[in-house]
Amino acid sequence: MKPRFVLRAENPWWRGPLLVVMAAIVTFVITAALIRWSGGNPVAAFRYMFVNPLQSKFGFTESILSATPLVFTGAAVAIAFRAGYWNIGAEGQLLAGTIGATWFGLHAESFPAVVAVPGILLAGALCGAAWSLAPALLRARLGIDEVVTTLLLNPVALLVITGLLNGPWRNSETGFPDSDVIAESAMMPVVWPGTRVHLGLVFGIVVTLGCWWFVGRMTGGLRLRAVGLAPGAARIAGLPVERTMLTTALVSGGIAGMGGASEIAGVAHQLTIGISSGFGYTGVIVATLAALSFIGSLVVALILGIINVGSFSASRALSIPTTMGEVVQSVLLITVVAALVIQKYRIVWKSSDS
Amino acid sequence: MIDVIVDLVAATLRIGTPLLLAALGEIITERSGVLNLGIEGIMYSSAFSGIAAASYTGSLWVGLFVAVGTGLVAGLILAFLTVTLGVNQHVAGLGLTLFLISVSNTVNRILFTSDGGQVRVDPWKSIGFGGPIFDQYLFTYGALFVGAPLVWWIVWRSGFGLRVRAVGENPEAADVAGIPVARTRYQAILLGSAFMSLAGAFITLAYVGQFTINIINGRGWVALALVIFGRWNVGRCMLGAAIFSLVNAGQLQLRLVPAFADVPFELLLALPFLAVIVGLAVSGRNVPYPGSYLKPYRRL
Repeated sequence: MKPRFVLRAENPWWRGPLLVVMAAIVTFVITAALIRWSGGNPVAAFRYMFVNPLQSKFGFTESILSATPLVFTGAAVAIAFRAGYWNIGAEGQLLAGTIGATWFGLHAESFPAVVAVPGILLAGALCGAAWSLAPALLRARLGIDEVVTTLLLNPVALLVITGLLNGPWRNSETGFPDSDVIAESAMMPVVWPGTRVHLGLVFGIVVTLGCWWFVGRMTGGLRLRAVGLAPGAARIAGLPVERTMLTTALVSGGIAGMGGASEIAGVAHQLTIGISSGFGYTGVIVATLAALSFIGSLVVALILGIINVGSFSASRALSIPTTMGEVVQSVLLITVVAALVIQKYRIVWKSSDS
Repeated sequence: MIDVIVDLVAATLRIGTPLLLAALGEIITERSGVLNLGIEGIMYSSAFSGIAAASYTGSLWVGLFVAVGTGLVAGLILAFLTVTLGVNQHVAGLGLTLFLISVSNTVNRILFTSDGGQVRVDPWKSIGFGGPIFDQYLFTYGALFVGAPLVWWIVWRSGFGLRVRAVGENPEAADVAGIPVARTRYQAILLGSAFMSLAGAFITLAYVGQFTINIINGRGWVALALVIFGRWNVGRCMLGAAIFSLVNAGQLQLRLVPAFADVPFELLLALPFLAVIVGLAVSGRNVPYPGSYLKPYRRL
């Protein structure tokens, strides 16, 4: 018996959601085994991970806070992937953004908040874009695979941060490898009183909606999609394929860098070595689970934020490792991409040698 | 001066071993038309499972077998996703890497570090034939004198290698000629994953002797770049691995030079990564990608 994949003629409205639910069930089964092994009760663990954060205002707003960097990286990855530019360097670009933001924040004392807050975001965006410049140029000018070059720059960005924190930016009071606290005027104000949800979220949503509007409604966005779907045809049609890719790559890096600035200005207020817990890589999960839709990536970012917060409370209550949340997210990614294929194709089992 | 050069060459061979092993695995995989971005995760999980098994059984050889077993299971997942289902290979591979790293870290927490400990074994020692250059691990000798020639022979001289290349260049024609496309790709991915798991096992079972978070630290991505730099040829990949490892060994030596004492060591650590990117920029133009690279094959 051999499986054959036949393109489905029609797709009823319920098949997509049904398959996603099935993917979630498969995810539960796989991760339940690991939770069991670590001595926790899987059902209780999933309750903590998915339901608990939604039951209290604190849990919900912390989930939103945790989703904020993912909103940026999700949009950054989605817009790049839409243009067929496989930017897997959002992690490095976000880290570069934290560097730029910290530099600006440390020198922003004399600015009022109206200047300093947009300024710190801009500094992050510029550094993020700069970090994506080399891979983008190599891709657009010389045709060198961007996957490898963007990936290789991720550890480099972390090394630059370590170097800065062990050297010029070492904390002037404690001597620990964290930077000094940035100027108060550059900190993102809290937008939901009584919680930690900050203005960075609003910027993230605006940027995402901007991407959605541009890619879906503008001529440039149509060009971007054409380049992503069929670069050969786009070139024959006279579209500037290389230039579109280059611009998209820079915008993508800029958005990721803004995510880094939002973390510095909104939450951490100083640069630390652990400033990003893999936000850039998780951005790939966000964009993929949202099927590269910008509006969808907002929803997915929130769901992953809930899992992040939930896995910490599950870890506290059931003493299972906090990394379980990452396991759930990556398994979900794998099962959902598999489900998306099954949505498009029908599997026919045929006896072999046909 | 001679001492420095001798040390440099010896360190280059040690540093280059996991890169060469992983790159050999990726050559076979990509020759069949499939990109394995799971490489970093396969190295990571094999490094962990190998040392975990070795510490429980007390046998490094059992550890090695478990490491290769881990790589094969991971390869099977990737093959199912990319060959059978035809999922986007970037997403499938990166997803696999994220999955394997997070599972390894979780299991590491469950088994070893929950009480603040760390898994350690008494690692394989290097085998000396006189002088620092010829004082290397069995893995290093194996990779250079068995692994590389074997992969060259498999790719260019064996019937299997011919099928792999045929499937990688033109799966439609291969299919018409009676070559089972899916099965050949499965075999290439599994064989490649086994090599990648050897690279991971080398790091914990011989080179370091313990497992720490982030132990692979981008070596998989470097191997990936070396394959493009080497244009899917064993010899050129070895050259690339040698250059990268020499830069890496060089920066380790530079740190000992007084004149470089003020240079932050992080800058020197970043040097090898930048060297790979420069290498790609110089020689990665118009490289002959396998014809069906990244393209899933479905009979219509």
